[in-house]
Amino acid sequence: MATQHSKSAARVMISPAVIFLLGWMIVPLVMTIYFSFLDYRPLRGVKECCVGFQNYERFVTSSSFTESVITTLIMVGGILLITVIGGILLALLLDQPFWGQGIVRILVIAPFFVMPTVSALVWKNMFMNPVNGLFAYLFKFLGLEPFDFLTQAPLFSIILIVSWQWLPFATLILLTATQSLDSEQLEAAEMDGAPVLSRFFYIILPHLARAITVVILIQTIFLLSIFAEIFVTTNGAFGTRTLTYLVYQRVLESQNIGLGSAGGIIAVILANIIAIFLMRIVGKNLDR
Amino acid sequence: MGSITLNQVTKSFGEVQVIPPLDLEINDGEFVVFVGPSGCGKSTLLRLIAGLEDVSSGMIAIDGNDATQVPPAKRGLAMVFQSYALYPHMSVRKNIAFPMKMAGVPQEEQEKRITNAAKVLNLTDYLERRPGQLSGGQRQRVAIGRAIVREPAAFLFDEPLSNLDAALRVNMRLEISELHNTLETTMIYVTHDQVEAMTMADKIVVLHAGVIEQVGSPLELYNNPRNEFVAGFIGSPKMNLIKGEEAAKRNAATIGIRPEHIGLSTTDGAWQGKVGVAEHLGSDTFIHVHVPEFTEPLTVRASGEFSVRHGDTVYCTPDESKLHKFDAKGLRMT
Repeated sequence: MATQHSKSAARVMISPAVIFLLGWMIVPLVMTIYFSFLDYRPLRGVKECCVGFQNYERFVTSSSFTESVITTLIMVGGILLITVIGGILLALLLDQPFWGQGIVRILVIAPFFVMPTVSALVWKNMFMNPVNGLFAYLFKFLGLEPFDFLTQAPLFSIILIVSWQWLPFATLILLTATQSLDSEQLEAAEMDGAPVLSRFFYIILPHLARAITVVILIQTIFLLSIFAEIFVTTNGAFGTRTLTYLVYQRVLESQNIGLGSAGGIIAVILANIIAIFLMRIVGKNLDR
Repeated sequence: MGSITLNQVTKSFGEVQVIPPLDLEINDGEFVVFVGPSGCGKSTLLRLIAGLEDVSSGMIAIDGNDATQVPPAKRGLAMVFQSYALYPHMSVRKNIAFPMKMAGVPQEEQEKRITNAAKVLNLTDYLERRPGQLSGGQRQRVAIGRAIVREPAAFLFDEPLSNLDAALRVNMRLEISELHNTLETTMIYVTHDQVEAMTMADKIVVLHAGVIEQVGSPLELYNNPRNEFVAGFIGSPKMNLIKGEEAAKRNAATIGIRPEHIGLSTTDGAWQGKVGVAEHLGSDTFIHVHVPEFTEPLTVRASGEFSVRHGDTVYCTPDESKLHKFDAKGLRMT
């Protein structure tokens, strides 16, 4: 019985948790905002108050800013493309009855459990290394010149690595969505004369639409903050400097906390714009 | 344009043979009902005809042409599924148009057929809705509409009314029968409800464990059941099947007598028993009479209101001319 009394009691009871969580979130945010208005370079002993929007101006007008935003978009977009398309195909494949289904499904999920740093290092040293990597051996076996992935196609290589990590997530969600499709619908479509491809585009894909939007939303949120994979492989060189990485460089490599904080706030704002945009699409899809 | 012949058709799932060799002839324009208890293979048989399952051996011919290896879409049959299987993301109009779109029917022709089907099925006001916004009966009609526009050689119905409530079911039953009268197309209808079978069919196929027990018109099955199974399955309430002394007296292993063919009296008669449950339906009263000689209570129909109380003594007299006799194998004795 939710009386007026018990409602207010409930509010009092949950308030410590809410206050704690709010504090946990707000304190760092407020501090970042505060720093972003300072000229704060600890190694040079500079800490001057209230430089206005100077940090923001400098961050946005530097040539690396637009570059990093574009890199971020390409990276996130590429990974989304590969994971969603690959995820749909894998989900359809895993939905077919075959021997050892249970084990294969667990194996497919495995990459998701590997830590980003570890997986990036494994890919860098064991697969993509132009001398000792497996790919190098493969190329040599075929009589080709080994391809130096991380210097010749660094952005693509990172997209590949991160896609490998996130493919299981997409597959898992899309697989459950595939399984919830009523088989009678497919049979009805078959009776109605729809060949395999039409059945996919008219029946399966619309059925998966919701799951796909969920995958895109969740992945985008996580992918905007990719860091470890870049740090371990290219260190932000060769056009792989994303916005996140740029902020890191400003703070730690240039030791300019004010500038980095301003960049962080800008990244937060941009991420929110994308999130609102995505939420609307998802909302539209979930309404149906 | 819609005769279907099954010739020695069998179906096995792995080791299990669900349909032993089976022959069946369905004539053009007939309303055929497959009826049987659940798990008797009636749905499997329908799916074999539809082509959704491959036959293990034997031949299916549609209009005299071998269709055994023909894919479902090319057989010219339309199916209405138990769950209706409407496409949830498409409007009713698009649902109905889907098979025509796949077949490449010109746009004008599509519009014409949709309008016609919608008129026949009372769907004109709902064409722009999604299936999720329709009631069960309306969804059912959309599923039928999707079948009609294909102008198929035969319609296949897989327990189409089992998801509807009782009142709606009676309604839809009439509508489907009427549709059959208008279209005069072959219809094959699967159900476990013998009332549906009796009321709709031109021809009933009674199936039991994949075997056809009897094929015939509703009244043939009612009056001359070929064996004990058919006798017990057709008719509501069930025929009373009596074994033992009473049957031996009439030179049979089992005798069957329908509830409506037993006379009931409070003063005298052949079998004396006590009243158990009495079901008053208004027009009829079904009385369960516990006769000491019989293992199972006798169901007796008394027309109108027959006032007896639990525990009263009554006398039952079977109408000897309506008595069915079966031998030890359960086959009818003439």
